[in-house]
Amino acid sequence: MLPLASHPMNQAQLRCTHLTKRFGDNLVVDDLSFELQPGECLGVIGPNGAGKTTTFRMCLGLTAPDSGSVDVFGLSMPQDALAIKERLGVVSQFDSLDPDFSCAENLMVYGRYFGMRKSDIQSRIPTLLEFAALSHKANAKPGELSGGMKRRLSLARSLINNPSLLLLDEPTTGLDPQARHLMWERLQQLLQQGKSILLTTHFMDEAERLCDRLLVVDHGRKIAEGKPRDLIAEHLEPDVVEVYGGNTQALSQGDLRAHAQRIEVSGDTVFFYTQTAQPLLQALMAYPGVRSLHRPANLEDLFLKLTGRQIREEG
Amino acid sequence: MRLRFWPVFLRNFLVWKKLLIPSLIANIAEPLMWLVAFGYGLGALVGDVNLSGEKVPYIVFLASGSICMSAMNAATFEALYSAFSRMHMQKTWDGIMNAPVRLDDVLLAEMLWAAFKALFTVTAILLVMLGLGIVHSWKLLMAWPILLGAGVVFSCMALIFNALAKGYDFFTYYFTLFLTPMMFLSGIFFPLDTLPDMVRWIANALPLTQAVALVRPLFLDQWPSNVLLHVGILTAYGAGSWMIALHLTRKRFKQ
Repeated sequence: MLPLASHPMNQAQLRCTHLTKRFGDNLVVDDLSFELQPGECLGVIGPNGAGKTTTFRMCLGLTAPDSGSVDVFGLSMPQDALAIKERLGVVSQFDSLDPDFSCAENLMVYGRYFGMRKSDIQSRIPTLLEFAALSHKANAKPGELSGGMKRRLSLARSLINNPSLLLLDEPTTGLDPQARHLMWERLQQLLQQGKSILLTTHFMDEAERLCDRLLVVDHGRKIAEGKPRDLIAEHLEPDVVEVYGGNTQALSQGDLRAHAQRIEVSGDTVFFYTQTAQPLLQALMAYPGVRSLHRPANLEDLFLKLTGRQIREEG
Repeated sequence: MRLRFWPVFLRNFLVWKKLLIPSLIANIAEPLMWLVAFGYGLGALVGDVNLSGEKVPYIVFLASGSICMSAMNAATFEALYSAFSRMHMQKTWDGIMNAPVRLDDVLLAEMLWAAFKALFTVTAILLVMLGLGIVHSWKLLMAWPILLGAGVVFSCMALIFNALAKGYDFFTYYFTLFLTPMMFLSGIFFPLDTLPDMVRWIANALPLTQAVALVRPLFLDQWPSNVLLHVGILTAYGAGSWMIALHLTRKRFKQ
């Protein structure tokens, strides 16, 4: 076994330092640095093609960075990949469950890849299936499971070696609200057990709910980092009024401007970002026929402010 | 020291166990149908084959060649279609590599697994041949390791094309342009000395020809000649193909 930490003061579970990766002329990850502390949940958010998955793959040693380094548990990737993976749990974006095996067999077969003894794996299977809310499906094959069940089986599979760090790539993409909530509940449980989680996601409510800290990435670069609430307070006005159904030109250029710090037009909707919404809502009375929604600023506003509203072609 | 390829090999074995019956039919029934139809049917027309001065019944001639072809086909199918399903379609390899198992271990497991399937197939066919009384020499025991070796060589070769494939259609090239011509040029269905010199030189360099040269005498209760040469050529094919397959597979997974 390799020594655990070369620097005793160095507590980070995962540390990426000046990571850079090119595919041809395309700079996919550009000087990205971040750390994950023990017990922390760090969320990586960014539009499609922002470099999230490439970063994820570099953390797993599957893609070699052009420059920069990845350290996990104080060991370096990819040189110490095997020692690191002994203590790592991974759920990748697409399920790689074995379609020919039942849920219980999937866990058994996967445990063997860690060199675990059959009896040790056997004793963990009921707990893991219960954790995944799949006890009643122990003998069902993945093809008979719903999308949410498959994701939970993938999560259970990643826990077979009792890892202290989990890397989850879009763990709830494609799931219905019930399945997502159950997944969140399980991830919260894991955090309470003291596990650390690195998670990529497209869902701002997921990021806000689960993550202690967020890393906003675009075009391979880190564009913001911090606690979700702090980021919102730092970058945005507290209130948002969305206005639909009027002449966007008149609404955004007219007298309403006085009541908002920032105005954005997207399609037929005008977004007013403001410190106090009341004067604006009063003034809107003068515009009959428009509909409006008043709400607090959220992470999605932050995300759109930082990364823009245009649709990304790639990814 | 942990053999990291072993749980991957075991995984393939456990899936195969579940699908044993259809797998048996595909791997064994078809080669046997060929043997019976051509061996007895065509054998009645052909009579004996003249093999360097010795008269050999056609069915024995065919049986000793087609067992090598079965080893080749079984290993090739497994290392192309099945390995590609696991690597590309099901993403089984990706899942495995999230655990402490290297790509090289996965590839080694796939190679050995395809060779094992070849061994299993030829064992079953040999048993049927013994049952039908086509062969009876105890020297056949020596055919076993040779056919396993042939399975290793052909699975290494197939894994090169597995590493290059974008889809299943790609394998048609390998079968049509390489395996099928080789099948006809390796002395399985007819002796090579009927061929023009030029073609015979090519035929003598093919891996399947080496396997046939080693296995056929055992069927005739004789020891093969030039053993080191044939084993050497087979080993060169196997080792060379393995290096290329490993290199190309690593390259494929670099992205």
